[in-house]
Amino acid sequence: MQIYVCVKHVPDTAATITVVGEAGYNDTACKFIINPYDEYAVEEAVQRVEKAGSGEVVVVTVGPEAAVSTMRAAMAMGAHRGIHVKVEGQFLDSTLTSLALKAAIEQDGTPNIIFTGRNAVDTEGFQTQYRLAAAMNLPVVSEVVNLEINDGQAIVQREVGGGTRETLEMKLPCIIGATKGLNEPRYPKFPDIMKAKKKELKEIDFDQLGLDTSVDQTELLKLEAVPERSSAQIMQGSVREQVNELVRILTEKDKVL
Amino acid sequence: MAKIGVFIETDKDEVKKTNFGAITAALDGGKNEVVALLMGVDANSAQETLAAYGAQKIVQVTVDSADLTASPDLQARALADAIQHFALEGLIGLASARGRDVFARLSAFLNVTLASDCVGINFEDKTVRKSHFSGKTIATIKLNSDLLLCALRPNAIEAQKALADSQVESYAASVDAPGLVKVLEVKKGDTAKMDLTEADVIITGGRPIDAAENYKMLEECAELLGAAVGASRAAVDAGFAPHSMQVGQTGKTVSPRLYIGCGLSGSVQHFAGMKTSKVIVAINTDKDAPIFQKCDYGIIGDMFEVVPVLTEILREQTGQ
Ligand SMILES: Cc1cc2nc3c(=O)[nH]c(=O)nc-3n(C[C@H](O)[C@H](O)[C@H](O)COP(=O)(O)OP(=O)(O)OC[C@H]3O[C@@H](n4cnc5c(N)ncnc54)[C@H](O)[C@@H]3O)c2cc1C
Ligand SMILES: Nc1ncnc2c1ncn2[C@@H]1O[C@H](COP(=O)(O)O)[C@@H](O)[C@H]1O
Repeated sequence: MQIYVCVKHVPDTAATITVVGEAGYNDTACKFIINPYDEYAVEEAVQRVEKAGSGEVVVVTVGPEAAVSTMRAAMAMGAHRGIHVKVEGQFLDSTLTSLALKAAIEQDGTPNIIFTGRNAVDTEGFQTQYRLAAAMNLPVVSEVVNLEINDGQAIVQREVGGGTRETLEMKLPCIIGATKGLNEPRYPKFPDIMKAKKKELKEIDFDQLGLDTSVDQTELLKLEAVPERSSAQIMQGSVREQVNELVRILTEKDKVL
Repeated sequence: MAKIGVFIETDKDEVKKTNFGAITAALDGGKNEVVALLMGVDANSAQETLAAYGAQKIVQVTVDSADLTASPDLQARALADAIQHFALEGLIGLASARGRDVFARLSAFLNVTLASDCVGINFEDKTVRKSHFSGKTIATIKLNSDLLLCALRPNAIEAQKALADSQVESYAASVDAPGLVKVLEVKKGDTAKMDLTEADVIITGGRPIDAAENYKMLEECAELLGAAVGASRAAVDAGFAPHSMQVGQTGKTVSPRLYIGCGLSGSVQHFAGMKTSKVIVAINTDKDAPIFQKCDYGIIGDMFEVVPVLTEILREQTGQ
């Protein structure tokens, strides 16, 4: 099994994001991590290869120089090597990202499966995996919580709201967008972290891929901090008095009851 | 005036009420003409409800000799064909699990820009507003394609009635390629439970709920509130609730008019999924719990005491 896993380098979800200029943020002030959904993707890929006793897991990242730390984290989880497409700038449109991922993967080998996450937690795009699939003419299912592979077919399950579960089938090679529930990502142990430092990491400049960048793109015009709500108005009195007061406010003032 | 389509989502042959906000958004205060596109349900039965919010044309999209529910790829392709047939300048829908999937397929197939999970849309300058960084920032994004594709966060835009003269049509889309992905089975969830993303009111129990059966207390209260019941990740991970009930970064993103959080500390990741609620209430034993710093109303107290009183008061009021 030749498996590629698309992994994005993103600010920690708990990090404070300070907006800088019109459409940027201070990325030197926050901790970066592997996109949490991509951890499920890496774990699934590594488990598949471990179980089969053969095959290879290759991490592919389109990102800045600093993304190496995220790639090493994925390698510490068991990925064998990495391909780093280097870009400058904080945001890259998802169409261009998918074209870069496609070019990097195709230059490297022939995938049986490509794993991605369900979305990146920075730009919350929910679409790169679909664009990659369309560009490579592969089937794709995202938000996958269960995966079985039989005879060159992938049987996957996803949740579609209200607790409803859908089972879908597609032929390999295919693209699978992982989400919580698919597995429990491992915490790498110290020796694994050390070993990961020595694993092969290929670097390619985005510009070297020779992509057609005249495609339709989204453009980030503005980034604004969302003000937090201020402190709550706290109810007073006995439990009954507090609840009565709350119900009155919600009914009369906010008209939400 | 632009002609804008709205992809209508249905559940058990009923139009989901979260579609109405999407119609309101598409109508843009009467500046646009709205074409509602339905699949797999009878458009006649939906006419009255959709026209009440301003849909002028209600179209049942079918594909000859194929079952549209059998493949999400087929649905995306049928939509692509319908967009062309009706000369739509944009297609709006919901960023529900299904909507996110269909819109992403459609945009990739047509090579058109897309923004998913939007909370605002401006047709004049083709920009949308959406969350970046787990709700900590709002991005304004320009969609540069001619066709405007946008999936809206359910309930982010309030529905407004705007009765329209409407006409019902049926359109047989032509789809040449078979879908690459095939639906084998759909297992319905607990039908008694309301879908979180659809709910106007949500009451959530966090880690201190302590046992699956204790959600009954919240369910009783939810019934009177017309609410859905949610859970935090800590409660889900402890096995007290299924993942389908989880609200937050790794769970559902919701925007109800009222969100009542019981026993929630107020983590960034939980707030990422419910911050856009209109009014947030917290019930927590700890007066210093971070949630009190970022909600509208608070009750300092034990949820096992407070919630039953709330249920009782609501029951007295509704006379049930
Ligand atoms: C990548 C990532 C993604 C995540 N995604 C999500 C997500 O999608 N959703 C999510 O919820 N979390 C998510 N989390 C976890 C999140 O960080 C918190 O750990 C979690 O939300 C805490 O859940 P809680 O508020 O229920 O529990 P706690 O943090 O344990 O808080 C419990 C609160 O209840 C109060 N309390 C105790 N007893 C009572 C009582 N009897 N009555 C009233 N109050 C009481 C306590 O004072 C405390 O404030 C994520 C974390 C990470 C790292
Ligand atoms: N720059 C990137 N490098 C590698 N993978 C990416 C990148 N951007 C997105 N992806 C993958 O695509 C998924 C969906 O991302 P998005 O469409 O941005 O929400 C992520 O979970 C990643 O697996």
